[in-house]
Amino acid sequence: MERMPKWADVVLIPLISLLLAAVISGLVILAIGEDPINALNLMVKGALGSTYGWGYTLYYATNFLFTGLAVAVAFHARLFNIGGEGQAMLGGLGVALVCLYLPWPHWSLALLAATGGAALFGAAWAFLPAILQAKRGSHIVITTIMFNFIAAAFLNWLLVGPLKPRGAMDPSTARFPEAVHLPSLHEILAPLGISFSKAAPANVSFLVGILACILVWALIWRTRLGYEIRAFGHSEPAARYAGISPTKITVITMLISGGLAGMMAINNVMGEAERLVLNATEGAGFIGIAVALMGRSHPFGVFLAAILFGFLYQGGAELALWTNIPRELIIVIQALVILFTGALDNMVRMPLERLFMALRRRRA
Amino acid sequence: MTGQNANGARQATAAPDPQVPAIELRGISKAFGPVQANKGISMRVMPGTIHGIIGENGAGKSTLMSILYGFYKADAGEIMISGRPTVIPDSQAAIAAGIGMVFQHFKLVENFTVLENIILGVEGGGLLRPSLAKARAALKSLAEEYELNVDPDAVIEDIGVGQQQRVEILKALYRQADILILDEPTGVLTPAEADHLFRILRNLRDEGKTIILITHKLREIMEITDTVSVMRRGEMTATVKTTETSPEHLAELMVGRKVLLRVEKTPATPGKPVLEVDNLRVVDAAGVERLRGVSLNIRAGEVLGLAGVAGNGQSELLEVLGGMMPAAGQVLLNGQPIPLTGPHADGQSRRTAGIAHVPEDRQRKGLIMDYTAWENSVFGYHRDPAIGRGPLMRNAAILEHAQQQMQRFDVRPPNPRLAAKSFSGGNQQKVVLAREIERGPDLLLIGQPTRGVDIGAIEFIHQQIIALRDAGKAILLVSVELDEIMALSDRIAVIFDGRIMGEVAADQASAQELGLMMAGVATGKAA
Repeated sequence: MERMPKWADVVLIPLISLLLAAVISGLVILAIGEDPINALNLMVKGALGSTYGWGYTLYYATNFLFTGLAVAVAFHARLFNIGGEGQAMLGGLGVALVCLYLPWPHWSLALLAATGGAALFGAAWAFLPAILQAKRGSHIVITTIMFNFIAAAFLNWLLVGPLKPRGAMDPSTARFPEAVHLPSLHEILAPLGISFSKAAPANVSFLVGILACILVWALIWRTRLGYEIRAFGHSEPAARYAGISPTKITVITMLISGGLAGMMAINNVMGEAERLVLNATEGAGFIGIAVALMGRSHPFGVFLAAILFGFLYQGGAELALWTNIPRELIIVIQALVILFTGALDNMVRMPLERLFMALRRRRA
Repeated sequence: MTGQNANGARQATAAPDPQVPAIELRGISKAFGPVQANKGISMRVMPGTIHGIIGENGAGKSTLMSILYGFYKADAGEIMISGRPTVIPDSQAAIAAGIGMVFQHFKLVENFTVLENIILGVEGGGLLRPSLAKARAALKSLAEEYELNVDPDAVIEDIGVGQQQRVEILKALYRQADILILDEPTGVLTPAEADHLFRILRNLRDEGKTIILITHKLREIMEITDTVSVMRRGEMTATVKTTETSPEHLAELMVGRKVLLRVEKTPATPGKPVLEVDNLRVVDAAGVERLRGVSLNIRAGEVLGLAGVAGNGQSELLEVLGGMMPAAGQVLLNGQPIPLTGPHADGQSRRTAGIAHVPEDRQRKGLIMDYTAWENSVFGYHRDPAIGRGPLMRNAAILEHAQQQMQRFDVRPPNPRLAAKSFSGGNQQKVVLAREIERGPDLLLIGQPTRGVDIGAIEFIHQQIIALRDAGKAILLVSVELDEIMALSDRIAVIFDGRIMGEVAADQASAQELGLMMAGVATGKAA
């Protein structure tokens, strides 16, 4: 018998965790001599109070959507992919190569090819850790972390060397041609008569992200492959019994995971910067871990968590802009959210389970 | 628990008053969350008797003994040792009260000698030599008194399970135990070893010790106990004198309805050979040879029982045939060789070839415990084109089919949306069995079909196996329960140390002869 209703597990626990994180964040803000109510006000207004704010919130959310899905898929096979950061960097390289070196008549074709290129490069970056785990038992957490550093160093070299246009001063590629410019939400919504901020970076990739959520959901719960991935995640001996090859599943899952992480680049590289810059991922690969944890590895949960973290990012930036609260405190707040929703999950879950059980007993 | 109190208890039993129970439980209750494991249990165990506790898995036997040994604290109730109310907060207190426990899984240090294991925890002083000498002397007298012979200087990992069990008993006796609790002690023993154990237990009883024997085997209860208590669903349903009861009556008390203990079957009519195994060899990851040239064959319409003490290679044989482990040698299925190494030596290929497999460990291998029953109903067959379209699975159709299957196989509750872990052992096994039998395999591999399965379900599972045989299928049955092997098989092969020791027709087999072969002694009929 279930210990508590599903809605409590999916909705109530994250909500309470979030509330606790908010309360403690408020205390911290109070401690440094600022007004927490005012701070919250600023964050909400800054992130959700205008289409400009929304545009940024959704832009960040799109990044987290892809990296969150990447971590979530791997989680289903009990693989902890910490390498979303490196895979997303390589995805950026894939996008840059597709956009710079192939001629594109229309952005839609370019987006298709760039998505493919991003996924391919991201998947390739996940392949080596996957094969090392599957064949040699090298722990995927260790190898994917190391691959993040290798990816960063590799892109450093590319961006100050081969990919930098001759004579340019900053370490980045040339600007992508105008033909591959992705429509922003402003451009998409204008024909529908909805006015949306012109300056915000949210673009069509957000819709690709939603599509990715649906596809991942179908993959995990509707296909034979998803069935095998989950089975392998639950019990390797059982998977072997059923004739599911652990090597194959590990590699395939990591390729999908790496591909999803790589696809983030269509948002930040193609949609926003329109060229590949140094450190383009800005830690989104790591945020993806928190997003997947909070979203319980379910695509819909990942979607909600990505929006929440998008809000924290954008709201935090506003906070730093308008108050004396240092930017670092935003990281503290984000850390608290991760701590409560991820690591301290049982702190909320156990008392709640006991409460539900007591309630049930009284009714019985 | 103070030392004084413990001494008091011991003095009382040193000259046991036959009128005062050695152990008396009054109204013991224990709940784990919503599960009531023990409900108001009262029981009296008289000194100098062997008292059996019998019940199905999950009836609450182990919980009750864990309370007595201080592992769990009872929610309510009272424990009296030799007439004195006693609180047992931990195992130290239990030992001090004169209670010794022999667990199903031994708690011995593998690379210590017998003597070192005996004094572990009661070294008494900084230097080992005096206590070792003391233990050696004590061991000698115990060995003479109770037929408990073990070489004190042997290292545990070098001696057999039967001897290891004796070390556990010696440990308890060395700690002055007057009450000995044994939890399923014969599970790992050959019949001969079990007989020896029973002799030891009788000797101990005759010297005034009190013994509690927990088991689910009716035969053992009838053979050795003086009194027997039956537990069902956390309650003690009856306590009777063994001489005044019968196995049928006990089974009925355990299950709550009449149970058929014998397997009804007609003589087999074997057809063409289905499985031919020739010189099968397996070396495990540690470099140990697990199968050393196993050869056997099974015909259509017969059950070959593979008897043996656990760990002699039968698990490996099942896994090789089931495609979970590579091997060397040759295996023919319906005259065609099946691959033993490489990518096609996997579970999928085996199933396509017509081999179904009910694995020994259904919880770790046969099922995904977190998957629902309907998801489990296609586990291993999930690539079957019939259950989906391309990469997609037809979940609604699978669910509906699972529902019918559960009704046919009497899985309770017949709700395919429940996770496998929320079914009892017997019902889990029915889910596995239904899945494996349904597609009409040529060969069924079945390991420990009734381990952890309640008596009511055992009856059903045995009937299914015989029905499959009568439908002309070949069956390889592996079980550590000799009774089960003898009841179901048409031929019996015995495996010892990775080799087939011999083979006998089931109707000519005797437990003694099989027991000898299980212990590695080849008999006249050895193949």
